[in-house]
Amino acid sequence: MRRNRAESDANHTKLTRRAALLGGAQLLFMGGLAARMRYLQVDQADQFRLLAEENRINIRLIPPARGEIFDRNGLRLAQNVPSYRIVMVREDAGDAEAVMDRLGQIITLDPETRERAMAEIKRSAPFLPVTIVDDVSWDDVSRVSVNAPALPGVTPEVGLTRVYPRGSDFAHVVGRVGRVSQADLDALEDPDQVLRIPRFQIGKINVEARREDILRGKAGTKQVEVNATGRVMRELSRREGEAGKDIQLTVDANLQQYVQARLSEESAAVVVIDCENGDLAAIASAPSYDPNLFIGGISSKDYNPLLESKYRPLVNKTVQGTYPPGSTFKMMVAMAAIEEGIIGPDETVYCPGHLEVAGRRFHCWKRAGHGWVDLENSLKQSCDVYYYDLALKVGIEKISAMANRFGLGIKHELALSSVASGLTPTKSWKRETRGADWVIGDTVNASIGQGFMLASPLQLAVMSARIATGRAVTPRLVKTIDGVEQPSGAGEPLGMNENNLRKMRRAMFEVVNNRRGTGYRSRIIAEEYRMAGKTGTSQVRNITAAERARGVSRNEDLPWERRDHALFVSFAPFDKPRYAVSVLVEHGGGGSTAAAPIARDVILQALAGGEPPLEAYPSADRGRIKTQQRKLREMQPQAAINGNDQA
Amino acid sequence: MSYLEYTVKSVPSGFRKILHLNWPLTLLLASVCGIGFLMLYSVAGGSFTPWAEPQMKRFGLGLALMFAVAMIPIWLWRNLSGLAYGVSLLLLVAVAVLGEERKGSQRWIDLGFMDLQPSELMKITLVMFLAAYYDWLPAKKVSRPFWVLLPVMIICVPTVLVLQQPDLGTSILLLTAGGGLMFLAGVHWAYFAAVIASGTGLLTAVFQSRGTSWQLLNDYQYRRIDTFLDPAADPLGAGYHITQSKIALGSGGWTGRGFMQGTQSRLNFLPEKHTDFIFTTLAEEFGFVGGFSLLALYAMIILFCVVTAILNKDRFSSLLTLGIALNFFLFFAVNMSMVMGLAPVVGVPLPLVSYGGSAMLVLLLAFGLVQSAHIHRPR
Repeated sequence: MRRNRAESDANHTKLTRRAALLGGAQLLFMGGLAARMRYLQVDQADQFRLLAEENRINIRLIPPARGEIFDRNGLRLAQNVPSYRIVMVREDAGDAEAVMDRLGQIITLDPETRERAMAEIKRSAPFLPVTIVDDVSWDDVSRVSVNAPALPGVTPEVGLTRVYPRGSDFAHVVGRVGRVSQADLDALEDPDQVLRIPRFQIGKINVEARREDILRGKAGTKQVEVNATGRVMRELSRREGEAGKDIQLTVDANLQQYVQARLSEESAAVVVIDCENGDLAAIASAPSYDPNLFIGGISSKDYNPLLESKYRPLVNKTVQGTYPPGSTFKMMVAMAAIEEGIIGPDETVYCPGHLEVAGRRFHCWKRAGHGWVDLENSLKQSCDVYYYDLALKVGIEKISAMANRFGLGIKHELALSSVASGLTPTKSWKRETRGADWVIGDTVNASIGQGFMLASPLQLAVMSARIATGRAVTPRLVKTIDGVEQPSGAGEPLGMNENNLRKMRRAMFEVVNNRRGTGYRSRIIAEEYRMAGKTGTSQVRNITAAERARGVSRNEDLPWERRDHALFVSFAPFDKPRYAVSVLVEHGGGGSTAAAPIARDVILQALAGGEPPLEAYPSADRGRIKTQQRKLREMQPQAAINGNDQA
Repeated sequence: MSYLEYTVKSVPSGFRKILHLNWPLTLLLASVCGIGFLMLYSVAGGSFTPWAEPQMKRFGLGLALMFAVAMIPIWLWRNLSGLAYGVSLLLLVAVAVLGEERKGSQRWIDLGFMDLQPSELMKITLVMFLAAYYDWLPAKKVSRPFWVLLPVMIICVPTVLVLQQPDLGTSILLLTAGGGLMFLAGVHWAYFAAVIASGTGLLTAVFQSRGTSWQLLNDYQYRRIDTFLDPAADPLGAGYHITQSKIALGSGGWTGRGFMQGTQSRLNFLPEKHTDFIFTTLAEEFGFVGGFSLLALYAMIILFCVVTAILNKDRFSSLLTLGIALNFFLFFAVNMSMVMGLAPVVGVPLPLVSYGGSAMLVLLLAFGLVQSAHIHRPR
């Protein structure tokens, strides 16, 4: 490849010219850099030297005050209170060991705390305050202050900590905060700087965790001058943070308190939902625990019993627990069949006490059978055969689809942790998860809310509210954020035949108010409060043929873990539904005996807005109710004193 | 003039090549690295570990590499440039697929004894390949659209790959170095005017698109630009670097606090104090005099390169030397602008001073090429 010499030279001249141009530009830029360097280092040197020579700028975070949580009437459920801690600055203390000894004589210091504090004091810079004890009482603070001359370098400091004045009543609603753990930080993509503040509190579960974004607020910053060793000399500037926003819940604290007390140590759950707007007036899971124990880190002495109890106090049974809905599911089967036009509300089915399906005999709970029953009678007496028959005709797909429309098998969005979606099985679901085909017996089991069917107490309450109103009522837990009302859960009409719904409600009314109804013993006498409902008893064990031959064992004879779950769903007043209530008592036995009375008491309490008049109860029960009310009154004052400060 | 036209006889051979090395350039490079060792020693609080010692070892390795590269005739390097570019491109693809993720970006391949950053390698091989391209291309074709589009593709493919990592700093460097080489090769100035005009348009688009669904940059990149415009807005996050680095720089004054007396950078006020922000330590401890001296050393390196390039009659050698010098210039210009608060924080190290293996080895290797061009120049 031979090139023309002249061309080559011309090329090189051009290259030289452009190289000189680019080189010149580079030198010019370097000149600019030099000028900038001179400006920073010579012209502005005095200013920067001032900032850096003796004193350096250091930026400190000011933790934001966490938003508080209120109930629907403005009662405080979570608040910030000052907490005191004792700190020591090593260089001021001189002989830290000796000062610590003297401190130990004034306030109680267990050896473990003392050792940990000493280790930290030795580790950190001499001018940095080290916390010796957290959460000390005001008495201790004053004792330390009075003895200040004998305790050089020791000072009490104040900070904010979270307190739950309602104690265990709201552990499963408001939740709790705790120190930021490494796991919390790892879970976040871009952790806020404020989380790195020692002792900063972050929401751990339920509303505190789910609405952390609203409650936390934004950290402020202050620029402080620190000298060469890092000691704060003075504050230069301050940029105020933003306090977290307050949240108001839909829950009525007094009702919630009543419900928790009524359930006391029973392993049970109650959900009270406002039919008009979906507001959760109470959402109680028992037994509960005191969230205040967790704030500074819970001791294993307190924690182990919670963890090991067979009543599982740490589990939120209202939304997290799912149970076979038992007979409370029968409304869904009937609605599916009636809406499909397979059977009219007044048409009858014959119940001989059992039904033969594919060579297997499915029993009604009443061995002798109910004879000819229509919708109202079948629901009232909770006849099983009627629903077996309907389910076989309408099929599982339509039943599950109907249940979904009533809020079962779908996840309701609430600001609570681990909200379960329950299960409304379908043929494809079984094939995918179990690898087996749907068999006809599965449909029969599902028709009485057994087998694969699972629902949470929250979903059952939603179902009752939807039956009561005919609207797609959705539960709402957060009423306002920073004073702004959140969207209502009133919902659109479900689009069901109103006549069919009315028949269904009437049948539920009969369950409770007809002498032969399964819920008759828990009826409400007062005309304006009358209740409609449905009992449910769901088996947690299989009844073997041998057992059946011997006669099915009575629940009371079984160990607790094998007893049936008791359920009850209801709404009241019947004429103008205001509240829908679902009750679940784990291994409580029968729905009519264990769950229905609780629902009645709760609904009366909610409707009467306080202690209901005795006249609302059937006269035979009044004596027993009176005793019960007195007992509950005795339990309550303690909680009431803790937190009756109106916001 | 092409190599076929002059007699190979006049080019030194064997150990005589050592005499023909550009010794002043070598000396300048060594002094810059020396400053780096001092600073790393100081930043570590008067200790050779953890930074100064490994850096010195790498310098030894790099120097040996530079000499080895210099001994090999430049025409061999020219013939290898296509291959080198291809390999770098493959490595870039490999790092995107199986690279290790660190600090949120994928840039490294673990070679066992050191981590390789293929984007570093690409900076040099891109320049080599472009220089070879323009050496081969007849001069009258240089400004024809097709022959302009081809190098643009050669530049853009690796740039986009690097941008994906994401490494904004290096991709800007690649783009500018490539463009600079095209300018040197004599591409008509109208092309550059057009690119600058459309670049301005694009920049406007980038800012207009912010917050919309077709947002063109990552949020963190927008934040960095914001911080640049108003560092006070985010004193704890992104603005922290610049504010602190300006304080460290400014407190140095004329002559600085003296070696090992800098407190700002050593008291951990500055993150990345041993890499991207090492210049602040120099400026704090040796003041304006120290900072200016380093700048002067850099300027002399550039000057030396430009002069040897102009004196060299071989087109590939000239272009390569100028391209490497431009690369080197971009390195420290971007880094210093960033540290002095003139440019956004993009993460470009200070060449030969910042702690880091890949960057130093690649730079010394590049200067090996410059040396080879000098030794094997047509006489």
